[in-house]
Amino acid sequence: MIEEILVTARSNPKVDPSLGIWSWEIPMYLFLGGLTAGIMCFAALIILLKKEDQAPWAARNMVIWAPVLLTVGMGALFLDLEHKLYVYRFYTTFQISSPMSWGSWILLLVYPASILLILCSIRDTYPRLAGLVDRFSIGRWITTYACSHRQQVAQWSLLLGVFLGFYTGILLSAFSARPFWNTGFLAPLFLTSGLSSAAALVVLGSRSQSERLMFARYDIGLISLELALIALLLVNLATGTAVQLEALSHVISGDFAIRFWLYFVCLGLLVPVVLNYLEISGRRIWVFVSPVLVLYGGYMLRLITVEVGQVSRWTHYVPSFDPALLDLLR
Amino acid sequence: MTQYAMVIDTKTCIGCSDCVVACKTENNVPAGLNRDWVVEATRGTYPNLTTEFRSERCNHCSHATCVYTCPTGASHYWRDSNIVLVDAAKCTGCKACIAACPYDARLIMHPDGYIDKCTFCHHRVEKGLDPACVSTCPTRCMHFGVLDDPNTLVSRLLKSRDYKVLLSETGNQPNVYYLV
Repeated sequence: MIEEILVTARSNPKVDPSLGIWSWEIPMYLFLGGLTAGIMCFAALIILLKKEDQAPWAARNMVIWAPVLLTVGMGALFLDLEHKLYVYRFYTTFQISSPMSWGSWILLLVYPASILLILCSIRDTYPRLAGLVDRFSIGRWITTYACSHRQQVAQWSLLLGVFLGFYTGILLSAFSARPFWNTGFLAPLFLTSGLSSAAALVVLGSRSQSERLMFARYDIGLISLELALIALLLVNLATGTAVQLEALSHVISGDFAIRFWLYFVCLGLLVPVVLNYLEISGRRIWVFVSPVLVLYGGYMLRLITVEVGQVSRWTHYVPSFDPALLDLLR
Repeated sequence: MTQYAMVIDTKTCIGCSDCVVACKTENNVPAGLNRDWVVEATRGTYPNLTTEFRSERCNHCSHATCVYTCPTGASHYWRDSNIVLVDAAKCTGCKACIAACPYDARLIMHPDGYIDKCTFCHHRVEKGLDPACVSTCPTRCMHFGVLDDPNTLVSRLLKSRDYKVLLSETGNQPNVYYLV
């Protein structure tokens, strides 16, 4: 038996007794970033596959949410910073080995791509807004450019959307010091979750029954893929090292088990997939319930992942003397 | 890269914690924050128990994930050595380095918000002095020096004694060695 006790105090705030550096702000940013990625991917794919007649809201209306949601997410990110006045430092350098640096610059590219994606259909979709933009010669020029280069704009938006979705997962998986995060499954899981959330947004926002049913079908597939990736992630932990097994125990039998299985897997994944199936089967259900649960599930995935990852660790110091520990040595 | 190392003899460390006090004094570490700490590790089953005291801190790893993870370059290697420092003027307080450290050796400097940690007292090292914790140790169990030179005390200690490092399996290549 081994027992390691801190002789001196070590109670650095947010680090001891277990890591708590990131609270709701980072999961919110990861969720909104993933949702933005999903929005851009779907909008771009529909344009490239020439399915705009079947999914007009997804191709033209939904994309206006991309820069809005991303801005809210970046606002949450800013709130998380401890040294806020130096936020500009993210953009005075590019650190090739840092996923966070990659993400900072990808975000900078996502904004113009999403705006071009909005502009390439703004005159048909939002004529009043188009009128406002067209008042300025630069606005007219950019809108005309976007309209005439629609395919290229869609291609770049798809690429950046995939990068953005992957990066939100790679950001966490790069931290080898947190065993729960250190898996290659987080990147595709977060991208799939982002696509699923975007599909749910279409079901919520579109007024076309056929479009809603189309995306409900897509969401069934995406949620199924998400469940498969989560299962593989858990298997990866279960067949790993001691620290990975301990990380897994937090969601199997530990403090996070109920939140993970009931609030996330059941409410956020299984219930929506059943409701979506009932909807496409022609049953009458409340249309808004499933997409709201999918969006809730998308946020819960990031929240639980961030929290459990911080609790998983390599060191196990006991912060103060506990007489019960003597039993471990007998 | 000049490889600085700290070698601590666990056989002669008595866990007095003078190193912790010296660090706080030398570096004006605010109350409630710790750059270094002492651990008492007990192994075995009664009555066959062994106890080891370890003075721990940032390990100034040769392959520090905190340096690679930092998005602004605030966490960096000092003057082509393995001493890892934080440039407060570049630090945004994103805490990626804290998440990246398997030893949980970093802290958030309050109230300013930039990240802080053990610096191996580089301001003393550049004058040819030992870090404050090494200088103050009453049992002389702590040693500091350059590993690149085979004739330094640290090099000779590692050649002549069995030693271990903490969490070598993380791949960070720590440079605080514990003689066992």
